[in-house]
Amino acid sequence: MYTYDLIVIGGGASGIAAAIKAKELGVKKVALVDEKSYLGGVLPQCIHSGFGLVYFKEDLTGPEFTEKLVQKAKKLSFDVYSDTFVFKIIYRDYFEKLVYAVSKHGIKKLKTKTIVYSAGCRERSIYEIGVVGSRPSGIFTAGEAQTLMDIYGIMPGKNIVIVGSGDVGLIMARRFALQGANVKAVIEIMPYPGGLTRNIVQCLNDFNIPLLLSHSVLRVIGKDRIEEVEVCKVDESKKCIEDSIFRIKCDTLIISAGLVPRVELLEDLGISIDPLTKSAVVNDRLETSLPGIFVAGNALVVNDLVDYAVEQGEVAAQGASEFVFNNGISAAQWKKIKLNGNIRFFVPQLISGERDVIMYGRVISPEEKVKLEINEIKKEISFFRVRPSEMIRLRLNKDELSSVKTKSLTFSISKRSE
Amino acid sequence: MSKARVAIIGAGIVGASIARVLSRYENLEVHLIEMEVDVGWGVSKANTAILHAGYDDDPNLYPNRAKYCVRGNYLWRKWTKQLQIRASWNGSLVLSFSEEDEEELYNLLERGERNGVKGLRIIEKDEIQKLEKNASPSATLALWAPTAGQISPFEAVTALVENAVENGVILHLETKVLDIVEDGTRVTKLVTNNGEIEVDWVINATGLYADYIAELVGGSEFKITPRRGEYFLFDSTAEPKVSRILFPAPKPKSKGVVVTTTVDGNLMIGPNATDLPEEEKENKETTQEGLEEVWINASKLVKSLPSKSKVIKTFAGLRPEPTGGDFIIKPHDSLLGFINVAGMRSPGLTSAPAVAYEIPKMLLHLGARLVLKKNWNPTRKRIIRFSEVSNRRKNKLIAMNPLYGNIVCQCEMVTEAEVVEAIRRGARTIEGVKLRTRAGMGRCQGAFCRAKIAMILSRELKIKPWQVRVKGAGSEIGVGDLFSLLHE
Ligand SMILES: Cc1cc2nc3c(=O)[nH]c(=O)nc-3n(C[C@H](O)[C@H](O)[C@H](O)COP(=O)(O)OP(=O)(O)OC[C@H]3O[C@@H](n4cnc5c(N)ncnc54)[C@H](O)[C@@H]3O)c2cc1C
Ligand SMILES: Cc1cc2nc3c(=O)[nH]c(=O)nc-3n(C[C@H](O)[C@H](O)[C@H](O)COP(=O)(O)OP(=O)(O)OC[C@H]3O[C@@H](n4cnc5c(N)ncnc54)[C@H](O)[C@@H]3O)c2cc1C
Repeated sequence: MYTYDLIVIGGGASGIAAAIKAKELGVKKVALVDEKSYLGGVLPQCIHSGFGLVYFKEDLTGPEFTEKLVQKAKKLSFDVYSDTFVFKIIYRDYFEKLVYAVSKHGIKKLKTKTIVYSAGCRERSIYEIGVVGSRPSGIFTAGEAQTLMDIYGIMPGKNIVIVGSGDVGLIMARRFALQGANVKAVIEIMPYPGGLTRNIVQCLNDFNIPLLLSHSVLRVIGKDRIEEVEVCKVDESKKCIEDSIFRIKCDTLIISAGLVPRVELLEDLGISIDPLTKSAVVNDRLETSLPGIFVAGNALVVNDLVDYAVEQGEVAAQGASEFVFNNGISAAQWKKIKLNGNIRFFVPQLISGERDVIMYGRVISPEEKVKLEINEIKKEISFFRVRPSEMIRLRLNKDELSSVKTKSLTFSISKRSE
Repeated sequence: MSKARVAIIGAGIVGASIARVLSRYENLEVHLIEMEVDVGWGVSKANTAILHAGYDDDPNLYPNRAKYCVRGNYLWRKWTKQLQIRASWNGSLVLSFSEEDEEELYNLLERGERNGVKGLRIIEKDEIQKLEKNASPSATLALWAPTAGQISPFEAVTALVENAVENGVILHLETKVLDIVEDGTRVTKLVTNNGEIEVDWVINATGLYADYIAELVGGSEFKITPRRGEYFLFDSTAEPKVSRILFPAPKPKSKGVVVTTTVDGNLMIGPNATDLPEEEKENKETTQEGLEEVWINASKLVKSLPSKSKVIKTFAGLRPEPTGGDFIIKPHDSLLGFINVAGMRSPGLTSAPAVAYEIPKMLLHLGARLVLKKNWNPTRKRIIRFSEVSNRRKNKLIAMNPLYGNIVCQCEMVTEAEVVEAIRRGARTIEGVKLRTRAGMGRCQGAFCRAKIAMILSRELKIKPWQVRVKGAGSEIGVGDLFSLLHE
């Protein structure tokens, strides 16, 4: 049986970054496993630009970003298993985990001290957002449509309705428009767009694509192929407003209604899950409740910037190297992060206070002139504007944390009083 | 020996069962005729998939349902083994929540005994909890029916058809019967969109359309009206599941909303019962109100349901409700050679094998001669499920065929070899592959694998990728080829 110090599961941006970082930190035996035939995860199908402004200080397309990352990886020596799907993880004991994977060469059973789990996320399907009606063809998730077009060369349809105005939905609206399709509307249930302002301008406004805010798709109509969707206006509680129902003719419905971390293999192990992120509860080295198993990238928290996914890969790798060299991640006491006010989540959920930590979070609803307070360390950060679509990233350094004596830190976001 | 030609119209569970039974005879040339691109896409595709014990149907009001259900339940034990169809015989509990309900349980018990159902018993709270730890604690009593079970209905239809074809039955897909020709005394020909088929016997097993087909030869006085039932299906990881089939005390229209775990291990709740106009035979739409009704009623049966975020699919099916409410299994009054097997509403799935054995009896009675084959093959092998075999077996499979090493559907761990095998066995569409292999039936509902399956279908069927059909005619996955557009 092969024995590794670290196995990285998932060869997207965060996974490659984790493998690179671990090698740079001197971890000897490292493997990277991905079920695809190529590395990069979702990046190779993102043919638009907007990647890498932080990490490479350049504006790159998805494929270009991947290429640069892979070039960096090639200078280091670690095993890459592509076309290899991990189907089971076993936690033997503190120092030994088993990873079972399948490829055309058979079943591999790999032994390892640590795991960085970076398997990305999946898209929510039409059934998860409560649309009713018939179940014809012509309904795709955004990522699926992108794969069909840019990996396999299949044009899904001509008259498009898009559900969800997150960045993925917006980018797909533009992708379809560029290909000559008629994008009839982008429908968003919230009263504000889900994506970045630059994407609203570049993907919708520049192509005269209508954005219907506070609208919801109710019902699909069509037998073999979708023919129409029924749409309505919604009130503040997202309830359909009577008499506001209308139909839009289309042959394609694109669902871009949110992403969910893929942590099934970890759930099977019984790790603690945070209902707010639907992923693992982690400490400041992104270690899960099972020692030596780390999570990074979209499998931890859905990132809007690849740079953050990469950063998380690196933090997890740092954790893995510490685990390998010090036999574990140390902390005199793990402090819990508590949330208050306009906050959807923050990761990590546990911090030691003994080292620098990067926190990632999102708010529940858009708000202007707000402050983020962490009373225990007397920290206050002002924001001109916060929006659910823009992840909040902040670094807390060990000096400001070292004085904390309490068992928890409370993050709260509220209006600034002026 | 000249063969008599039998045409079975409709390849649902009923037509497929009849095809299998008739394939045992040397001197019959059996044609199974189906308008869809695949078998089993009618009523048989979307239902509760329960092999009922047989206590529900009043033998005075519905003698056929009462008789065939119990017999069918018994026969399925043998058929599922011979044909390697997955079934679980976990038993059902009808729960009571009021005195009225309790009375109904005693009625069911008495009726079940009259119908010949074995093992029925009324049980009390503590035993209910022992048999099903997720049963609602407010349930006062339960009727325990240990013979009830659960099957995969689509797998059942494909298995039956594969076995029938193996034994010489001729399958006609995408062939819609448009007219039936007779010579004054008996049927002679079927007119279809694919030409004419000469026949001596016609069996009408067309589910929701049985009244339309019966009308072609006149003299039938029944209508089939659709009664819709809606469902939620949960992710296989969603907890808590149930280990038994849970029913409420039945209502006149239906057996009520059920909580059950499918043979594939997914919790499923449904169906409600909504009567639709007779012509809405395709209206399988789900509705907000219907689904809400299902959720509320299912919640009453259990301690708790998984959260709604664990729902991976909602869908609906149509029960073919006949005039009078009972199965209509009989030859035409005056025209020789035409037999109706119509109005096969619930428990039609359970009853299908028993009903099928009725057909040769009827043929004999009507003057046909039947000679059994010497080398009839009763067995069929199922598609190997890579995810279910041991690691050692997995390695062997990959060594034999490297396509087993390529995972196509990650949620259900379905390999390329299984997809190719499904195509070899007749899948022509993404839906056909999905129903045979489970690829695309997991939590992502095909978002990760549909494109890959389309590419495999394109390769195997030698058609362009965008031309691959998701479901029936007109359901192509795309409208054109981007790469060739770029090259133009
Ligand atoms: C449409 C779209 C547009 C975007 N636009 C931008 C942008 O403009 N700028 C920007 O900075 N960011 C953008 N992002 C975000 C960024 O691309 C992602 O956050 C980042 O690429 C995620 O990387 P990851 O490594 O976490 O996950 P992924 O890239 O999803 O990688 C996960 C990998 O794990 C593999 N895997 C999963 N399970 C297994 C298993 N069991 N066995 C083996 N392998 C497995 C998967 O196949 C995949 O290759 C965009 C994302 C999308 C989808
Ligand atoms: C919601 C619901 C729940 C149910 N639950 C259960 C249960 O738990 N247990 C149980 O035992 N039963 C149950 N049933 C009943 C069971 O599903 C049916 O009795 C059974 O599937 C009927 O099978 P069939 O072969 O008669 O019809 P179908 O499966 O509809 O087959 C008829 C076939 O004929 C074809 N056809 C129609 N017209 C033509 C034409 N002109 N030319 C060629 N082909 C044609 C159709 O395409 C179709 O494939 C349920 C039904 C529903 C709807």
